[in-house]
Amino acid sequence: MPAISRDEVAHLARLARLAVTDEELDVFAGQLDVILRSVASVGEVAADDIPPTSHAVPLTNVFRADEVRPGLNQQQALSGAPEAEDGRFRVPRILGEEQ
Amino acid sequence: MGDLTRLTAAELAAKVHAREVTAVEVAQAHLDRIAAVDGRVHAFLHVDHEGALASARAVDEALDAGQAPASPLAGVPLALKDVFTTRDMPTTCGSKMLEGWVPPYDATVTRRLREAGVVILGKTNMDEFAMGSSTENSAYGPTRNPWDLDRIPGGSGGGSSAALAAFEAPLAIGTDTGGSIRQPGAVTGTVGAKPTYGGVSRYGLVAFSSSLDQGGPCGRTVLDTALLHEVIAGYDPLDSTSIDAPVPPVVAAAREGAAGDLAGVRVGVVREFAGEGYQPGVLAAFHAAVEQLRALGAEVVEVSCPNFTYALPAYYLIAPSECSSNLARFDAMRYGLRVGDDGSRSAEEVMALTREAGFGPEVKRRIMIGTYALSSGYYDAYYGQAQKVRTLISRDFAAAFERVDVLVSPTTPTTAFRIGERADDPMAMYLSDLCTIPSNLAGNASMSVPCGLAEEDGLPVGLQIMAPAMQDHRMYRVAAAYEVARDAGAGRLSDRVPEVGA
Repeated sequence: MPAISRDEVAHLARLARLAVTDEELDVFAGQLDVILRSVASVGEVAADDIPPTSHAVPLTNVFRADEVRPGLNQQQALSGAPEAEDGRFRVPRILGEEQ
Repeated sequence: MGDLTRLTAAELAAKVHAREVTAVEVAQAHLDRIAAVDGRVHAFLHVDHEGALASARAVDEALDAGQAPASPLAGVPLALKDVFTTRDMPTTCGSKMLEGWVPPYDATVTRRLREAGVVILGKTNMDEFAMGSSTENSAYGPTRNPWDLDRIPGGSGGGSSAALAAFEAPLAIGTDTGGSIRQPGAVTGTVGAKPTYGGVSRYGLVAFSSSLDQGGPCGRTVLDTALLHEVIAGYDPLDSTSIDAPVPPVVAAAREGAAGDLAGVRVGVVREFAGEGYQPGVLAAFHAAVEQLRALGAEVVEVSCPNFTYALPAYYLIAPSECSSNLARFDAMRYGLRVGDDGSRSAEEVMALTREAGFGPEVKRRIMIGTYALSSGYYDAYYGQAQKVRTLISRDFAAAFERVDVLVSPTTPTTAFRIGERADDPMAMYLSDLCTIPSNLAGNASMSVPCGLAEEDGLPVGLQIMAPAMQDHRMYRVAAAYEVARDAGAGRLSDRVPEVGA
């Protein structure tokens, strides 16, 4: 039995906002199954009492004085936009038909 | 004046600062070399002729005016991996998603290079968003290994390593998330260092896996790499994980090491990195290098790091998980590609169509693996467990560094493989990172230095040297001592590369 089915891969693609094709799904389903079976070996390690590490360097919160510093101006911020209008990012409608 | 492209960065800097040659002549020599060979190598995605000559001219003018050089590398050309933002050049990350994107700000690494008078020649090719071990995942076509144009130059930083090996630049910048500086260095006979995590700022480095990504220096010699390390390293308040401490004295260590004495240095050979899957010629070159270290006075012992075996699976859960989150920013709204916005489709549909068109197969695979590993029901078994393994790997390092000063292994299990050989087999490709990944998970310093050619194919092999966090200078000392001994008979290894296309 595969670690992951074609339908599950299709679901993952939807969650990840990837409009994959049927041909891609056929290929990805097999490849993701091989990868997931291989990485599942982390489960062989007895680590119940081991604390997780999210970061190699211990992180502490850092504060700075709340002072205005130079940032991007409007023109710079919009310079890479696919489309801009009236000094703003122009985006497609955000609600679907059914909403 | 001879061929300027064959000189080391240190030699070039000395000539420029002594006014024997101008920085413009040095830059022009490298631009000419790029024009002559990069059609075959394809190390560069963008060459900035005018910008390079302008910054070289600025160095010359400052020297003409009697000013001291801005840094020990002022006037030396460099190839910058296309994952660092540059205000005056496109930054594509090897992806169609960012084709033609010119960022509105410079990365801290870019800024430091400019302030140091380093002449940026252009941006180098890479696996898309630094995901890969061969540079075949670039949306702009593969880079070729100057030692054999049918083979990969490593990845993700194959453009940077190939540029060095082909004498298109004496210095390069890479990034190393799972080995992307060290493995390309190994397979092209060049030097690459992954500094301690937090040693070089990530500000303006387009994120793949934020807890692992680390920019670092690449060169053809250990000293050049150390000189570049000191230019780019140091605390940066714009990076929340930047280490607020003095930069380890890597240049002094490289000079000390070049004296060729390793008496009192304890070297640990990692027992787990040998055996099945390792090319015989790689192991032979590695063992010869270890004997060389012993001959230089080092005390060599075998060390076991049992959890290193689980580093690869842990990495291929943690890195994709962080990638799936980081790459969510490519939403077709604020920058980059937008596809399918025909007035009828919703933002969600445009987003999905754009990401489908803009990302290549490896990026999609990793985003989906990460999405899976982070989803409820699987989180504990995959991502959570991988984070625990990460703790165990750090403990293995800590225990080993109680006994030895540095650890050594082959950098990667094989020499450069043929283009296309592993392209359809993601797991085979992932094995390239087997030996490099533990240092990314633990955050310690690690580098690759060339250690000869494999007997069966005549291709370069890398010696990996790992040091504790913020002890980067230890590995430079050992690498420099080894390099001097290696070249004592046969001459500089990087000079043995065949002429490109010859």
